[in-house]
Amino acid sequence: MLVIKNLKASIDGKTIIKGISLEVKPGEIHAIMGPNGSGKSTLAAVLAGREFAEVTEGTVTYFGKNLLEMAPEDRAKEGIFLGFQYPIEIPGVSMVNFMKTAVNEQRKHRGLEPLSASDFLKMMREKKELVEIDSKLANRSVNEGFSGGEKKKNEIFQMAMLEPKLAILDETDSGLDIDALRIVANGVNKLKRPDNSVIVITHYQRLLDYIIPDVVHVLYDGRIVKTAGKELALELEEKGYDWIKKDVGENNLK
Amino acid sequence: MNNQSERSERYYNLYKENIKRIAENSSPYINSFREEAIEKFGQLGIPTRENETYRYTNLDTFFNHEFKSYFMPVASDFARAEEFRCDVTDLDAHGIVLLNGFYPTITDKLRQLPGGIWIGSLNEASKKFGEKIEKHYAKYAGSDSDGLVHLNTAMASDGVFIYVPEGVVLKKPVQVINLVQSEEDIFNQHRSLIVVEKNAEITLIICDHTLSPTKFLTNAVTEVYVGENSHFDIIRVQNEHNNAGKITHTFIHQERNSNASSNNITLHGGLVRNSTHHFLGGEGAESYSYGLYLADKFQHVDNYVNVEHAYPNCTSNQLFKGVLDDMATGAFNGRIYVHKDAQGTMAYQKNNNILLTDDAKMDTKPQLEIYADDVKCSHGATVGQLDDDALFYLQSRGINKREARLMLMFGFAHEVIQNIKVEALRERMDNLVMQRLRGELSRCASCMVKCG
Repeated sequence: MLVIKNLKASIDGKTIIKGISLEVKPGEIHAIMGPNGSGKSTLAAVLAGREFAEVTEGTVTYFGKNLLEMAPEDRAKEGIFLGFQYPIEIPGVSMVNFMKTAVNEQRKHRGLEPLSASDFLKMMREKKELVEIDSKLANRSVNEGFSGGEKKKNEIFQMAMLEPKLAILDETDSGLDIDALRIVANGVNKLKRPDNSVIVITHYQRLLDYIIPDVVHVLYDGRIVKTAGKELALELEEKGYDWIKKDVGENNLK
Repeated sequence: MNNQSERSERYYNLYKENIKRIAENSSPYINSFREEAIEKFGQLGIPTRENETYRYTNLDTFFNHEFKSYFMPVASDFARAEEFRCDVTDLDAHGIVLLNGFYPTITDKLRQLPGGIWIGSLNEASKKFGEKIEKHYAKYAGSDSDGLVHLNTAMASDGVFIYVPEGVVLKKPVQVINLVQSEEDIFNQHRSLIVVEKNAEITLIICDHTLSPTKFLTNAVTEVYVGENSHFDIIRVQNEHNNAGKITHTFIHQERNSNASSNNITLHGGLVRNSTHHFLGGEGAESYSYGLYLADKFQHVDNYVNVEHAYPNCTSNQLFKGVLDDMATGAFNGRIYVHKDAQGTMAYQKNNNILLTDDAKMDTKPQLEIYADDVKCSHGATVGQLDDDALFYLQSRGINKREARLMLMFGFAHEVIQNIKVEALRERMDNLVMQRLRGELSRCASCMVKCG
């Protein structure tokens, strides 16, 4: 599905990602963990097509296509979804109008007719229940005046509406209390199908109590320094990132 | 300066040539203000950019133009105005059509609505309701610096009169459609007076349209009296063509515990200048002043707002937003004046602008004069581009860049539109704004006029 080879990227001339290689197969859940400043969010930004990060080397192919050449909206239409760490408030644009436009753009891309108003509202209702989001939020402007938890739930709600093939969740757990965390994680689990994949980017292990990854990568200083199964997350929780830093340091000395 | 006095002299001569005909149609009371007003106009002249409140607006292209003689209506002129139908389908309103500043029906110049409300021609009303007119006419519109207000008082031919008696609430809005239509380039001035007595409520919608592509200049004055505990909303929708110059002056005088709002929505027009004056003349009064302007090509839109807090514990709020494309220019000047005794004043002002090109230009200037000490005041102005983060957020959901930009602009504009309480009009405005932003002509779809 997604193949990243020796990816390097910089922001304002400073290299942040220093060579990442990674493959995500259909149906897999990958967790990318790492301390602050390790390049996790930059990786998410590069995959979604945010312009501020400049790719200097390497390739990213998605279903055989060169992802880096695609506009952000085309990536979304091909099934990539980014759950934002800091969802943006857009005053004056209603959630309904936003989602209707997005869903119908994607349908158009797949050669489908736009949804009728009643079908669309039905879909909104179903997906709202799925992520336990307050009904009233849908009538408000996008993220405007939402609490931190509501914003994150709203990201999962949008994911539910758009049914992506590859969801990249950037620190979706940050700023969530335990109840909201559980709701968000349940939403992700309910949306999981055998053929779609998720990349969960997180600083802490606790989200991984609910979303069980197949593979855990540790990102440190722009590189993946360790890859293992779900037990790696627990090990990190126990020992902290210092252990990794030390380990990497020793490896570099050898 | 020579040019200036020459120009003012032209309008002075226009007055002399036409005053006899204008006065014949008017009442002695309204006529009694003309002589003094033209003298004041003579002293002040047409505003230039040396006038602080016109600093960013150049009136030359319209006021230097030779307009044909002052328009007086004849019966045949009204045929087209009679045909005009507004296409805001769900808008249930009491309608009035003004043609080139005149009340174009011969038989039904003054109508009575339920509750003893009168709507109709100011000329007609001034003959019938001398007392009501004398109490309010020319009492609120005045200016030490703007000659155009005086030019209007000197020459205004007709306009709308609305009278809402004490305790009467009119649920349906009154809609005034101002049409300009002529084979020749014309200059027209109309004058309106709205009197809302105590504990009453009314909404007024004013739609400015052009019916022919000739060059027009309008200089309109509206005076509004809002009595104690009363509620008054005025929404002005300006949808004219690039050859149209529109200058409006609205003076809203508010009594104790009254609530008034003004919303100027400029969708289209060559040169537009709206000045809106809110006088909070009694304790506990609330005023809201909104404006939205969408301009492109060489259009220019200027909003001048003057809020005067003369009594304690009043609240005022200004929100003006604009999107400027191509070489369009805009100006906003918001003045808040708090008198010494107006303790407990709350006054807020916000002006946000989006420039879509490097050539578009916006001048914005807050002007706060506060002489009381217990006051809450804030003001803020921004001039910028669309928010990149918001744009990416929409794109990341599969919405293409062009559509995402439109959605952001629409959302930006909607913050002003959402303050319109008449639902059918609010929806229609959202619709027109979207069409306008898409670059489709936003004139009403079923209108037979090809505005331009």
